[in-house]
Amino acid sequence: MMTRVLSTTAAAALAGLLIGAAPARAQEGHGGPVPARVNWSFAGVFGRFDTAQLQRGFQVYKEVCSACHSMKLVSFRNLAQEGGPDFSAGQVKALAATYQVKDGPNDAGDMFDRPGRPADTFPPPFPNDQAAAAANGGKAPPDFSVIAKARTFSRGSLYFLTDWLPLIGYSEQGPDYIHALINGYEDPPKDFALPDGGHYNKYYPGHIIAMPPPITDGQVTYPKGENGQPVVPETVDQYGKDVAAFLMWAAEPHMMDRKALGFRVILFLMIMSGLLYYVKKKIWADVGGEVHGLQPELHKTF
Amino acid sequence: MSGTASTYVPKSRVAKWFEARLPIAGLVHSSFIAYPVPRNLNYFWTFGAILAAFLGIQIITGVWLAMHYEPSATGAFNSVEKIMRDVNYGWLLRYAHANGASMFFIAVYVHMFRALYYGSYKAPREVLYILGVVIYLLMMATAFLGYTLPWGQMSFWGATVITNILAAIPVVGDTIQTLLWGGYSVGNPTVNRFFSLHYLLPWMIAGVVVLHVWALHVTGQNNPAGIPIKSGKDTVPFTPYATVKDVFATCVFMILFSWFLFYQPNFLGHADNYIAANPAVTPAHIVPEWYFLPFYAILRAVPSKLGGVILMFSAVIILAFAPWLDTSRIRSCNYRPIYRQFFWVFIGATLLLGWLGSQPPEGGYVLAAQICTAYYFAHFLIVMPLCGLFETPKALPGSILESVTGPGKQVSGSGMPAGAAAAPTTQG
Amino acid sequence: MANTSAAASAGAPPEGSRRDFLFLATGAALAVGAAAAAWPLVSSMAPDADTIAAGAPIEVDLTPIQDGQIVNVFWRGKLIFVRKLTAKEVTDMQAVPLSAMIDPAAFTARVKNGHDQWLIVYGNCTHLGCVPIGHQGNFEGWACPCHGSQFDAVGRVRHGPAPINLPIPPYAFETDTKIRIGEGGKEAA
Repeated sequence: MMTRVLSTTAAAALAGLLIGAAPARAQEGHGGPVPARVNWSFAGVFGRFDTAQLQRGFQVYKEVCSACHSMKLVSFRNLAQEGGPDFSAGQVKALAATYQVKDGPNDAGDMFDRPGRPADTFPPPFPNDQAAAAANGGKAPPDFSVIAKARTFSRGSLYFLTDWLPLIGYSEQGPDYIHALINGYEDPPKDFALPDGGHYNKYYPGHIIAMPPPITDGQVTYPKGENGQPVVPETVDQYGKDVAAFLMWAAEPHMMDRKALGFRVILFLMIMSGLLYYVKKKIWADVGGEVHGLQPELHKTF
Repeated sequence: MSGTASTYVPKSRVAKWFEARLPIAGLVHSSFIAYPVPRNLNYFWTFGAILAAFLGIQIITGVWLAMHYEPSATGAFNSVEKIMRDVNYGWLLRYAHANGASMFFIAVYVHMFRALYYGSYKAPREVLYILGVVIYLLMMATAFLGYTLPWGQMSFWGATVITNILAAIPVVGDTIQTLLWGGYSVGNPTVNRFFSLHYLLPWMIAGVVVLHVWALHVTGQNNPAGIPIKSGKDTVPFTPYATVKDVFATCVFMILFSWFLFYQPNFLGHADNYIAANPAVTPAHIVPEWYFLPFYAILRAVPSKLGGVILMFSAVIILAFAPWLDTSRIRSCNYRPIYRQFFWVFIGATLLLGWLGSQPPEGGYVLAAQICTAYYFAHFLIVMPLCGLFETPKALPGSILESVTGPGKQVSGSGMPAGAAAAPTTQG
Repeated sequence: MANTSAAASAGAPPEGSRRDFLFLATGAALAVGAAAAAWPLVSSMAPDADTIAAGAPIEVDLTPIQDGQIVNVFWRGKLIFVRKLTAKEVTDMQAVPLSAMIDPAAFTARVKNGHDQWLIVYGNCTHLGCVPIGHQGNFEGWACPCHGSQFDAVGRVRHGPAPINLPIPPYAFETDTKIRIGEGGKEAA
């Protein structure tokens, strides 16, 4: 009797705490909608990057984003490695040579420019962070090397219970946010005070973003398919998806290796566990079998 | 390492020669082969082995990562990314190390839960238990130091916040802080020395683990019934019975580890730590790693800086006093109907504190954290002493064997060779 | 283990062999798993992708190098001597009989055909890796300060303890005044 009273009280207390906390949760966050979930090819256990999409995404980065955003940790050679945009070594060599890279000092002690090589990283658009900030209204545009892993959003404070699980889990917040942000520009609400040089973006925390809308429909011309039409629509929505997928690859170039190895490791461990279970059962049979002492009164099956 | 007199007899002449000079084979034999374990141990008792496995995994992956890591404010972030991008299997090493830390804490929390639920902290295992608390403290220090090493935003601001906590210590706080920093703020010397300390502490953990296992082999294991070993029929030899169970449980736990490592490698981390450290911008939501959240909630539940710090450290230190705060002679909660209810409330309050620690410190969250903090301490300081005095425990089984088979029943096969079983309580 | 015999006698023969097979299979799988887990550790110690990419061939302009001069260049972090032999050194080296050498090699094997004046060799002594000092010793070449090995003007060892000649890196003449080190020759370590 006493125990039942106690456990009921405890449950009630816990429930009360949770409910009490609920109103606070509603005020949390910065308002604004949660980015939509895009159906990424690279999501899930068998997820794979879409090579054509990564190539388009790189095109968007190169023609649009790279004017302001550096990608200092990514090398030209990465574009040719397996599990990525899969450009040929020759294409990468030619691409690298179109960039001027600072090198030196030479024998005379001077720095000099030379054509890029596959081993070089993408040259940044500004010589340093101060220059980048000065040219962009006081705030340096963030580097894009790992941005897809460096951005996330909260859908609510209890999703951590399920987001890691197989099948129903969710780990593509980064690219979803990037796609949403590119498509999130709109006119501010009437009573919203937008400072000079600010732009209203419904997905950006606080809604005031220094970056103007970066891209417009039709701005990047995609390669044509056999019928002479672009394979995918040349819209901001599609540009956003492509560049977000590319940035996910740039942030996690070994993702496909990782998932493939994981599948094999987990399969092995499951078989191993099965074998060990029967080994254990056989060994314990010598002493009359194993009985768990977790709740002995529940195990009186003899 | 064992209280049992060794029954190991070397067979070959070489083995005899060596054993007469360094009886290490006998030590291993008596500690990990002949050592008698209660036959009613459940899967909670496999987490010691799982923890040992993770200490090994962390040390090995850590040593290998250190071959590529660069402990400097300018080089750390890029060297971690170089490991992720360019080093063969570097991503595997780093994700294994980062997620291994989390798995280590999951396992240690299960291990601690088991100790508290089954009363493993009570006499004669007080020293064994306190050594466990020491290991836990060392693990927390190691994990904190390790989390600063990638030198991302969370690393930098975590280091800033925690070192500012130490500044709350009266009189010497500022000096300790400056000595930790090696400068006037968190910077290059800080990450350099944190790396050194992060490399040092695991070996100290390993040393205390040896003491922990030694103490375990002197007192023998507790068990789900919480009653002492009475005869050889209560026990089975460690090898093969406990060994095979430990290996099986470790293998199953590795599936969970692999799931996070390969499919959710960043779930247990923070996105902000993929932004290089920037002393001019603090992340919007600064929270520690999940395993510190209950203590972080306690820290924030108190409106005074020093008070919060004292309470947070007390929350860990109070664990060490459990053997004397608990007045009940009964070990296992299975036979303590009243205390068991309070115990589950304690677990609930701790889990809730963990969740609250991840929420912003405002409104109802703070109040909830204060209520949970109050119960956390009340559980140790009021419930534990009083329950033992007023509670009527359920009838204990006559022996460990009886707890498994029911009274008066026989099982086939004798667990231990005669004479080996009484050994754990006698120092050899 | 006192109970092993009890267990063995308790199990009937067919049961026993099935059991043995299970134990063997499990043990083998564990061993394979452990070996597979060790592989990434070994592999991660190999040169990383960045280091490999940075080891791309380098070009050296020969025009500023004077007769008799030795120039140091680095490829893949290794020291390489680029030496312009004088006419006397060329004649002297061509005249050395193979029998006088520790590691016999003809003059023509040490330089590229048609570029008799140019010697390109790795700059670390083949004994234990010290850097020999140029224009020292008795053979118009190098003398190693560490253990006394001596090399002649085309890098052949003439006095021990070094066992072999200074190795020649892979290189090729792009023009008469420009070489490319790292490709074009035999792939050396």
